[in-house]
Amino acid sequence: MNAGVDESKLATAAPEKKEFWRWQENTWFDETKNWKDAKIITCGIDVGSVSSQAVLVCDGELYGYNSMRTGNNSPDSAKNALAGIMDKIGMQLEDINYVVGTGYGRVNVPFAHKAITEIACHARGANYMGGNKVRTILDMGGQDCKAIHCDDKGKVTNFLMNDKCAAGTGRGMEVISDLMQIPIAELGPRSFDVDVEPEAVSSICVVFAKSEALALLKAGYTKNKVIAAYCQAMAERVVSLLERIGVEEGFFITGGIAKNPGVVKRIERLLGIKAVDTKIDSQIAGALGAALFGYTLMQKQGGKA
Amino acid sequence: MITAGIDMGSRSVKVVLLEEVSMEGKPLMVVKQAHMMLPGDLDADQAAEQAYDDALAEAGVSRDQVKSVFATGAGRGQVAFATEGVTEMTAGARGAVYMYPQARTVVDVGAEEGRGIKTDAEGKAIDFAGNEKCAAGAGSFAEAMSRALQLSLKEFGEASLKSDKSIPMNAQCTVFAESEVVSLIHSSTPKEDIAKAVLDAVASRVCAMVRRVGIDGNVVLIGGMGHNPGFVAALKNAMEVDEVLLPELPEFASALGCALIAAERLH
Repeated sequence: MNAGVDESKLATAAPEKKEFWRWQENTWFDETKNWKDAKIITCGIDVGSVSSQAVLVCDGELYGYNSMRTGNNSPDSAKNALAGIMDKIGMQLEDINYVVGTGYGRVNVPFAHKAITEIACHARGANYMGGNKVRTILDMGGQDCKAIHCDDKGKVTNFLMNDKCAAGTGRGMEVISDLMQIPIAELGPRSFDVDVEPEAVSSICVVFAKSEALALLKAGYTKNKVIAAYCQAMAERVVSLLERIGVEEGFFITGGIAKNPGVVKRIERLLGIKAVDTKIDSQIAGALGAALFGYTLMQKQGGKA
Repeated sequence: MITAGIDMGSRSVKVVLLEEVSMEGKPLMVVKQAHMMLPGDLDADQAAEQAYDDALAEAGVSRDQVKSVFATGAGRGQVAFATEGVTEMTAGARGAVYMYPQARTVVDVGAEEGRGIKTDAEGKAIDFAGNEKCAAGAGSFAEAMSRALQLSLKEFGEASLKSDKSIPMNAQCTVFAESEVVSLIHSSTPKEDIAKAVLDAVASRVCAMVRRVGIDGNVVLIGGMGHNPGFVAALKNAMEVDEVLLPELPEFASALGCALIAAERLH
């Protein structure tokens, strides 16, 4: 008689597989410029719950960045994120005039001169990336989701965030990616490859949504259709957050999920507003804002950290 | 007369075959059980078929001998061969009161659901409160945390009993709590203390639900989480009761209730 939870069966039911949820870590710098020509070099480090970014700003302009997964230790994540870009361009920590930490691990950036909340940094970063017409920012990160209002200088005027539940965050998308065994970057495009747009997944909780997605597959949905239903659910979830604070144009999306068109296009459809385009990686918005704050602070302090 | 109760949960199927033998006007019940996890590659209706066949084989009973099959659980609609479905509240209360006639408050904590049921002396559910939108306060929450701690569910429950610390868990969300557990691990908090913190959190969440229907002194715990001794201790503590009645096979209580209801309907 098989009583109780048989863990060997449980293990075969959910084997460890390839890590489909892993998103691309990347490094970029402006090859047309030399950081040695800059008068002031500032750095912003965003230690998020899932990803960490280091951004370098030379004289108030974006110069380079590195984006990687947050490890299990915030100070190390901050160091590694910065080392990832410094090593490529031959920069030392001493060459940087001012460092600002942001994100949930912002107080654990060992070499930071100052810590600034990610709300302020995302607004500032969005103002740089999308221009001074940006008024509403939706930041969709690994484990949080925020709706921010700002003025023409990128100064925060109001904000709302999810604080109790991971629904509508990147983590949910990672779970679906793993369940479907489809690399996370392919989810967005595949979500549009359906005959008929399905109803959104009805569960809010990420745990329940995973079960619901599994049930949909078994009920004969294609993987693409399940992904579409999940993207729609995420879009509906963040739109309800946005509606509580109100959406003003220009509308700008930051954070990792901004790279998932399956969610972004559905948000735009629900709102009837198109998000402002940018060529800069949306995931670095917080770190970029932090580095820009560093630049402003340096100017105010006459170049002294 | 033989009836069957099938509890189609979110993670496992439980089957109870009930044989009623009349002795001096009093029915004698012989209970046969089978249980199976839902593997990822099996449809719910297939899993139900298989679990049912296993139970029949185990008991040496043919399908024809079973007079009536009732189903319960979140997936009861997928049990194609069931004649009728009953809610988890109805089945859970009936099964719990059959095993413990004094029971008036039934706490049912399974893989994805936790609920408190108020029952009368006949095992009829009068009121209930459960989680609907969030997995906090259910087995999946504890399971995710045991994974983060790299402990088996058994080790996890046993470890928690070794701790007398009360570390508050701030996160309610399973996803957030996983991060919180990881940061506790990295701040060198002993695993026993973290395991207790997790189970205290689940218990307090379950307790808040049960309080909505009222906690009677005679509490029965059913559902798979009953196999976790750390959770049982935490629940007792959270509910401030002297005793939590615990069946030997708590996850079969609803299937049993279901089979009982099937038998009663035939009379």
